[in-house]
Parts: sequence; structure tokens; C-alpha cells
Amino acid sequence: MAIKKFAVAAYDDEAVLFPAVKKVRKSGYKLHDVYTPFAVHGLDVEMGLKETDLHIAGFIYGICGTSTAVGFISWIFTSDWPIVYGGKPHFALPAWVPITFELTVLFAAVGMTLTFCYLNQIMPGVKKHVFHPRQSDDLFVMAIELNEHTPEQEVLNFLKSTGAKETNVQVAEEGWWYGRWDKKEEYEALNAG
Amino acid sequence: MNDRFVVPARLKTTSMLLIAIGILALIGGIASLLTSHVDTDRARFWSVLLHDSVFFLLITTVSVFIQAAVSLAQGAWIVAFRRVPEAIGANVWVFGIIALLVLFSILGFRDHTGHNTIFPWVTNKGDKILEGKEAFLNPTMFIIFSLVAVGLWSFFGMKFRNMSLAQEKAPKNETKIYWKLFRLSGLFLLVYALTQMSTIPWLWVMSIQAHWFSTLFSWYTFASAFVSGMSLIMLWVIYLKNQGNLELVTKEHMHDIGKFMFAFSIFWTYLWFSQYMLIWYANVPEETFYFKQRQQGPYSIIFYANFIINFVMPILILMARPSKRNYFTVTFMAMVIIFGHWLDYYQMIMPGPLGTEWHINWYEIGIFMGFAGILIFTVSRTLAKSSLVPHNNLLLKETAVHIA
Repeated sequence: MAIKKFAVAAYDDEAVLFPAVKKVRKSGYKLHDVYTPFAVHGLDVEMGLKETDLHIAGFIYGICGTSTAVGFISWIFTSDWPIVYGGKPHFALPAWVPITFELTVLFAAVGMTLTFCYLNQIMPGVKKHVFHPRQSDDLFVMAIELNEHTPEQEVLNFLKSTGAKETNVQVAEEGWWYGRWDKKEEYEALNAG
Repeated sequence: MNDRFVVPARLKTTSMLLIAIGILALIGGIASLLTSHVDTDRARFWSVLLHDSVFFLLITTVSVFIQAAVSLAQGAWIVAFRRVPEAIGANVWVFGIIALLVLFSILGFRDHTGHNTIFPWVTNKGDKILEGKEAFLNPTMFIIFSLVAVGLWSFFGMKFRNMSLAQEKAPKNETKIYWKLFRLSGLFLLVYALTQMSTIPWLWVMSIQAHWFSTLFSWYTFASAFVSGMSLIMLWVIYLKNQGNLELVTKEHMHDIGKFMFAFSIFWTYLWFSQYMLIWYANVPEETFYFKQRQQGPYSIIFYANFIINFVMPILILMARPSKRNYFTVTFMAMVIIFGHWLDYYQMIMPGPLGTEWHINWYEIGIFMGFAGILIFTVSRTLAKSSLVPHNNLLLKETAVHIA
């Protein structure tokens, strides 16, 4: 992860946000991300995000759960500790299906949650830079990544022209880092520099 | 907008041809099976008719159910192709009348010893278990329940379509019909829960092996009917899309129907397996004979094919997002699912009257084709009668921008 410079624009209407996103992509500026208080349908398409691979990960976790369950139970009941009960064969597959199913769901759910957290770089007890405190309340916040060649003022003027209510430049860590929210010095020092 | 559907000559000829094949099979059945001296031949004549008429009636009724469920949830996604379930639902009465004729005829069926081998409870004298069930399993009860259920399904099927058409003539943004439909949908779900989801499968299907019972049975047959009913809607939607109609239907709407096909295949498996596993585990002879008969012996091929076609294939093929948005895979899977659940109904019905003597040959296939012909003929005629796009529907804008 790296510390980068961002131009941040806050919009108060999704009807303004959509053309703004389109203009930013057309202008060639590097769109970092858009933060919205609620799921805005179609925004991912507008931003040009590709379809997530999270479900493929979920499928793999599920298969792992299935094979863990079937493998473990069959090892126990057929070779480690075989007991005859209820007149059933040692390899009593139908009886194992509920547990196999549950373990599949458990593996898929836990694995996908952790993968989701990793992909979005969020986790309890982990810090991530917040571009605008109202991005989870009533503003749609767009961050554009700047580098040393990008003229800052031009970008800010451009963002204003797309209908942004507030614009500013922030220096921030783009990924997550370990830290606690009650120890803010580290975080503030970062943005001041 | 191309909102009128004209029945293509080819479709009309195909449906007529299918109906002709069905009639030929029926005549052939009467000539060689019904007049046969072998009991299983005569039982086969009736039970195949029973199988197909009940199967087609239940999967067409699903169209009424899905309209009611979505209207009650105020869902907009269905509006783009709403005319399809409406047209199928408005023809429930056709299959209803056929099914009633078959069911009531079977009440009078007797083998050479004077027993009814399809509905054994009709001739229950001397059978302690069936005499004990007589309060529910008797012809009067059967006739009343069947008439009421078929009558209500047909009524609601036509009513929903008529209300939707009335909305077209109503002033713009008039909400009176919308809320009336909303209330009637709630009522229909109650009717449906008390018929298709409980009593009707007990009487029509489960009572074929009247000694055996399962409390899960109606849910399981409902799931079977529901998933094939959604596949049927999918086939019609794709057919109309290929004809250049239904411009409002995008891959998003198809994706949603595909989700129903996928999710309810899994739901069907869940119920099928729950019923199977509990009986297998408890191992009570009076319950296990039902599955022993199907899993071991001549029905085992259908038993395992049923599981593979209705569970393994949908879960592997329909799970991925792109396959639910691909015309070829959804068409293929819709046909596979309808066939698979037709087989499922087959193995529910046949072991009772036929014992080990099951065949799927000219008669079974001919009758199935005949019913498919009636379905294509009636539904396409109804579809052609009105605009395919509900221009005045309150949710039309929402459905146009729907994202799955």
C-alpha cells in the first residue's frame, strides 16, 4: 500500500454524480473510487468496474467445505471409529448430507466474508482513510488519484465544473493499516504531511 | 414498439400436429390398452392420462401463483413479460377440465377383481388402514376438493388477466385496479396454500399409494411444479424474444427467471432429500416400502435420473451468472427441468398402479406431446389477443430499468 495524493469531490445528488463519473472517465483522470451512502444501481457499470470474482472464491470455499466434511466424516465412521448403529452401513452417506451441507455453507460464508473484507480493505480494528465524514450520510464522494504531473488546481476546477459541492486535495494511505480509532495522531499526521 | 404478437403459421401447425399426435396416441391407447384384458395395461391407460393432465395443470397454475406472489410483493421485474404468465394462467381452465374428466373417470376404474388399482381407497372394503382414512379419502371429498380447487385456480387465472387488461383501458396512473389486484393476490395465495400446497397433491397423487403418507409431500410436489412452471414461462419469454416481441425484456429479466429456475431446483432437492432421508433413517417398514419400490428394482433408473437431471444439472449449469444470461443455456435447462420434473411426477404416480410394469413408449410420449400441443395452441392464441406490453401498468418504468 502506498500514500498517495487525491483530489476529492463531494456531490449531493446521484443525478449529478452519474454524468460527473462519466466526464471523469472521459477526461482520462484516474478514478480512485466513489463512496456512496447507499448502493447506487448501475454505478459500477458507469465506473467501468469489472464483475467481481468473489463468487468464484465462494465456490472454491464451498467445495473445500464439502470435501472437508465428507472426507472427515467418512474417515471417522469407516476407518477411525466404525460403529454400527441403527442398522446402517458404515458409509451412510444420506445421513451425512445435512452436516456436509452446513459445513459447505459455513466455509463459503466465512471465506467470502474474509475475502470481501480483504478486497475492500476493511476489517474490525483496522484503519482506513475516510475522504469525507458525510460519505456514509448524505454525500456522494468521488476520489481521483493524482500524481506529481497532474495539475491540482486544474483537476479541482474540473471537478467543480461537474457540479461538486465541495472539493479539496488530500494526502492519504490508499489501503488499510493496523491501528485504533482512539489513537488519531498517526492518522492526522499523515494527512497534514 | 412491436407489441402485438401474431401467431406464426409454423407455431400453429406445430401445435396442431402435436395435438393430432396426442389424439392418435389416445385412440391407439383406447384400442390397445383400454380394451386389453391385462389389468396393468388398462391401469396404464388411465395413469398416463392422470400423470400428464395433473402435471400440465399444476405447472400452468404456477403462472397464476407467480403473478399473485409478485403482485403482493409489488415487484416490477415481472411486468415486462407479464402477459406470458397471464396468458398461461388464463388457460388453466382448459387443463383443469381435462384433469377433472380424467380424475373422475379414474374413480370408476376397476380391475378384474373389482378393485381400483389407481386410487385404492375407492374400493377400501376389508382394508383396515384405508377404512380408517375414509373420512378424508372418499369420492365425495375427492370430487368437492377437485372441483373447488380447479374452479378457483381457473377463476383467478382469468381474473388476473382481465384486471391487467382493464388497467390498459383505465385512466393513466389510476391505482384502483392495482390495489384490487394486490388484495386478490393475497387471497389467491391463501387459496393456493390450501389447495396445491396441501390438500390437492394428497388427493390426486399421494393417495395413489394410499397406505403411505408423508407430511412433506405437497411441498415437494409444489416445488416440482413451481420450478417447471418457471421454466415454462422462460421458454415462452425466449420464444417471444426470438419473434422480435417483448422489447422491454432484457437479460436482467431473464436472469431473474433463471434465478428462480436455479433456486427452486435446489429447493426441490432440499424437500426431496428431507423426505427421503428421514424415511431412510427411521427405517419404518410402512414408510420405507415406498422408496424401496422406487430405488431398487425397475424404477431405480428413473429414481437416479430424477436426482441427476433435477439437481446435479441445474446446480452445475445454472449456478454461474453468465449461464443465466445466455439464451442457449437457459433454453436448454428450461427444457431439461420440465422433462426432469415430468419424470419426477412419473415416478410418484406409476409404481402404485403399474407395479414393476412401467414403459415409456409411444403412448406416454404421444400423450405428453398432445398436452404440449394444447398448451402451445391455447397460450399462443391468448397471447395474440392483446398487446404484449402493458403500456398503462403503473410499474412499467421500473421494469424497463430493472437490474437483476
